[in-house]
Amino acid sequence: MDDFLLRALAGGIGVAIVAGPLGAFVVWRRLAYFGDTLSHSALLGIAIGLAAGIEPELTTISVCAGLAVVLVALQHQRYLAGDTLLGILSHSALSLGLVVVAFMPTLRLDLMTLLFGDILAVTASDLYWIWGGGAVSLALLALLWRKLLAITVHEELARVEGVNATLVRLGFMLLIALVIAVALKIVGILLITSLLIVPAAAARRLAATPEAMAILAALVGSLSVAMGLAFSFAWDTPTGPSIVVAAATLFAAGLLVPLRRSI
Amino acid sequence: MNAPAPAEPLLTLTGVSLRQGNSTTLDGIDLAVGRGEIVTLIGPNGAGKTTLLRIGLGLLAPDTGEVWRRPKLIVGYMPQRIAVDETMPLTAGRFLALGGRVPRAHRDAVAAETNIVALLGRPVQRLSGGEMQRVLLARALLRKPALLVLDEPAQSLDVTGQAEFYRLIAAVRTQRGCGVLLVSHDLHLVMGAADRVVCLNHHVCCTGLPHDVRAHPAYRALFPVVEDMAGLAVYTHAHNHEHAPSGAVLPHAGDHAHDDHHHQGPHDHVRHG
Repeated sequence: MDDFLLRALAGGIGVAIVAGPLGAFVVWRRLAYFGDTLSHSALLGIAIGLAAGIEPELTTISVCAGLAVVLVALQHQRYLAGDTLLGILSHSALSLGLVVVAFMPTLRLDLMTLLFGDILAVTASDLYWIWGGGAVSLALLALLWRKLLAITVHEELARVEGVNATLVRLGFMLLIALVIAVALKIVGILLITSLLIVPAAAARRLAATPEAMAILAALVGSLSVAMGLAFSFAWDTPTGPSIVVAAATLFAAGLLVPLRRSI
Repeated sequence: MNAPAPAEPLLTLTGVSLRQGNSTTLDGIDLAVGRGEIVTLIGPNGAGKTTLLRIGLGLLAPDTGEVWRRPKLIVGYMPQRIAVDETMPLTAGRFLALGGRVPRAHRDAVAAETNIVALLGRPVQRLSGGEMQRVLLARALLRKPALLVLDEPAQSLDVTGQAEFYRLIAAVRTQRGCGVLLVSHDLHLVMGAADRVVCLNHHVCCTGLPHDVRAHPAYRALFPVVEDMAGLAVYTHAHNHEHAPSGAVLPHAGDHAHDDHHHQGPHDHVRHG
């Protein structure tokens, strides 16, 4: 097997392991569209980073996290419904990113790569980012786990029990931002959310506890990466979309598993 | 009809007011709950009962007024309803654990007390209304609370279930000596379980012993229809005793004048033949 394929596999699985548990929360908290909005803003982050000569991963995380905070703050207004607000911000952020990129003719950006990812171009330094960032994310998630579960089930009850809901929610947003910045390389801006929610949704029927669902989601995600890579290699299809198709296939296969009523 | 301050106050609200939008939700509310006392907030829908609870719990800040909680007060809270997303696999046992780690023996004791041992392995989404209420109560009790705050705890239960639930609350109060603040919009059963009733409609209309409140003109102005519904007046009673929710005869709660009214409830002396 070639080096670039091994790196692709290592990078893809690294992202899938983090995206699985986090994606479970995206599913439970019904934040799929929210994740989409954040990932669309990633392009703006990359453009800013490249223009300013800063690591684009850092600016991507900053822009995503900043937008997440703005979104949470705006959720308290009643003028616009939540999905309208997300729709406005999601597409504005993506378009703004594209416009900013157009203003920098010296910048050589392959838009297709940014939008759909280029897992086969994963470098060794990308792997450091993925596994380093992934390890930090998982550690932070483990730290927040019970509290995050508690506010997901009932926020006010958790607050009465002493959970600082604002802080936990902020930590969760930061984690999403981190994963988006890292997952960008693998599946691209437009498909990141699928890596979060499809494996988690596929794991739902097989899991009896939140923890089992998180771990299964990580496994389904990793399997999707391997399947997508193999398919892409064999048939010369675009790799990012092939991974998403593999995940969707696993999800569909999961639907065939009869649901035990006790779960 | 001002209630005396409880001997060992746990929670005291003084002159609490809150405006929401252009309307006054709460206007100068005084409320106190003491150790071992069951205080019931009643009032029509939209009277501000849940809002007042949220202020008492510290989830919401009032515009004016003071909220005092005994330092390091542990509160067990039972929210009105809880809807866990179908996508989350969560058993009742795991749900209990979300409140924090407790020794297993303590958990088992509370589960037995609230009669949910058989439910612990069941997904929360498959619990009936009454089962979920007992699981929620168990989660509140696991914290060994000094104050229990219950928001419409019996709304999804039938009359028998409600009576049972209030009996459980009364037993919890007796065994643990905790204070209980509960909200309800149903009247009869809940008042039977209360030491003190606070009748709320944006302001405190009246407060006192259950029977006194029922005789109060402000209460009658608020709930005229119910009083007129013959056959449903299972509580108000001109005799010299009261009925506990179980039907057991209790000694008279207080000395007071009765309004002259008619009812044909189960206690009326209907001549058969």
